[in-house]
Amino acid sequence: MEFLTTFVNGLSLGGIYAMIALGYTMVYGIAKMLNFAHGDIIMVGGYTILLFLAVNPIVAIVASMIFCMLLGIVIEKVAYKPLRGASPLAVLITAIGVSYLLQSISQMIFGSAPKFIVIAELGILKIGGLSIGYSTIITLACSLVVMIALSLFVKFSKTGRAMVAVSEDKGAAQLMGINVNNIIMITFAIGSALAALASVFFLLKAPTMSPTFGSLPGIKAFTAAVIGGIGSIPGAMLGGILLGVIECFAQSVPVISPYTDAIEFSILIILLLVKPSGLLGKKRREKV
Amino acid sequence: MSETLLEVKDLEVCYGVIRALKGISFKVDRGEIVSLIGANGAGKTTTLHTVTGLLHPAAGTITYKGQDLTRTPAHKIVSMGLVHVPEGRRIFQSLSVYENLVMGAYSQKDKAKFEANMKLVFELFPRLCERKKQMAGTLSGGEQQMLAMGRALLSDPEMVVLDEPSMGLSPLLVSEVFEIVKTFRENGKTVLLVEQNAKKAMSISDRVYVLETGSIINEGKASDLINDESIKKAYLGE
Repeated sequence: MEFLTTFVNGLSLGGIYAMIALGYTMVYGIAKMLNFAHGDIIMVGGYTILLFLAVNPIVAIVASMIFCMLLGIVIEKVAYKPLRGASPLAVLITAIGVSYLLQSISQMIFGSAPKFIVIAELGILKIGGLSIGYSTIITLACSLVVMIALSLFVKFSKTGRAMVAVSEDKGAAQLMGINVNNIIMITFAIGSALAALASVFFLLKAPTMSPTFGSLPGIKAFTAAVIGGIGSIPGAMLGGILLGVIECFAQSVPVISPYTDAIEFSILIILLLVKPSGLLGKKRREKV
Repeated sequence: MSETLLEVKDLEVCYGVIRALKGISFKVDRGEIVSLIGANGAGKTTTLHTVTGLLHPAAGTITYKGQDLTRTPAHKIVSMGLVHVPEGRRIFQSLSVYENLVMGAYSQKDKAKFEANMKLVFELFPRLCERKKQMAGTLSGGEQQMLAMGRALLSDPEMVVLDEPSMGLSPLLVSEVFEIVKTFRENGKTVLLVEQNAKKAMSISDRVYVLETGSIINEGKASDLINDESIKKAYLGE
């Protein structure tokens, strides 16, 4: 029974990681950059919820997603777009700069002490010996819906297919009449909205938020994206869920629980040694 | 006098300090097949990329149907009826054949035209119809070239710009590709063709421009140039 509880908790946490990892992997696939400020969008999303929580929790969640979407678009336009075509290192350092900027602004506004943000008080579901928080179930259900919806969007919508085209070959996509700048903007908007949604589920698990909150889940989700194969959408989902399950099982064993993070990152290192392209990543074949 | 569809004047393109095109001028009339021939590095691909907006010129003008294209971004040029089939096909490997064709019609809003063009493409390339559902990356080189050309037709172009369509293909397929380029004209398209296979290109073209290290060194009717001694020596290997 304990095993099953841990497994469900793992899936749920994995769902959150997957949601964040999707933002990393889509931005990487389309803009060919690692957006290290992505984790901090989660934190901004959390604080935005705090601002609107007095109105209504649902309003707060929607407002947070919209605000993060706009923030993602603005960051891309102001910080990353001017660097299109610049060296990857310049873009990477800019992303780290944006990350610190977001953290510092939040610290100025909200202070460095953690804030309690209680979106909803949810009980615990008990079936037989199984006890699972309703928040876990909601998280799991929502992340499944998000993943399915996103997969369908990418596969069947015109914009989704344009995203695939841009991620494969920007120039050829332009020749089809695709406005690459728009597609990059949409990608940042989707990724940031998913990060805001992830903050909702983190707050349901543990209702505190601090300016540096986003760093660790950001890095974990990035790890998940790399494990799954960066650039691959199903890869990000698989990587996220794997990492969540591993984390929960590691934490459930007292002897190894202090080493949970170390275990997760070791798995990344080992995987990169064995299969550098990630579990579902494609090795690019060039056809002449 | 037929209408001039594309006119390029004194076009200069630079990569950093290197001037890849040193002020070239040429024009393409409606209904013509015009070839741009020349050796590797002469600036043929650069010319095409600049015409369809992937590169921007340092100087000179590009006019298409009376509109200035010099600063128009690539994605807007397609819907003006000017489509570019890039060198090396550049099809979307992880999309199916059919999805690739649909991508070609990205800026096409007219459903009836879309259906008609799809029908035309499947008539011209029956093999694409057979392999509709197959991933494009699994096609052979020749089939990928067919797909790249078919994809371009889906944008309902008036003018098709083709960059080295015969590259890397077997002699039999090369002939097939050139036959298809001829059918483009029969379907009312104007063609600007860049080729290293000068002989084949000249055999289907109305007019030819010869490009050498960024300048046009010769131009004329294909039927005249094909007998020109210097051209024969330099490009036809005779």
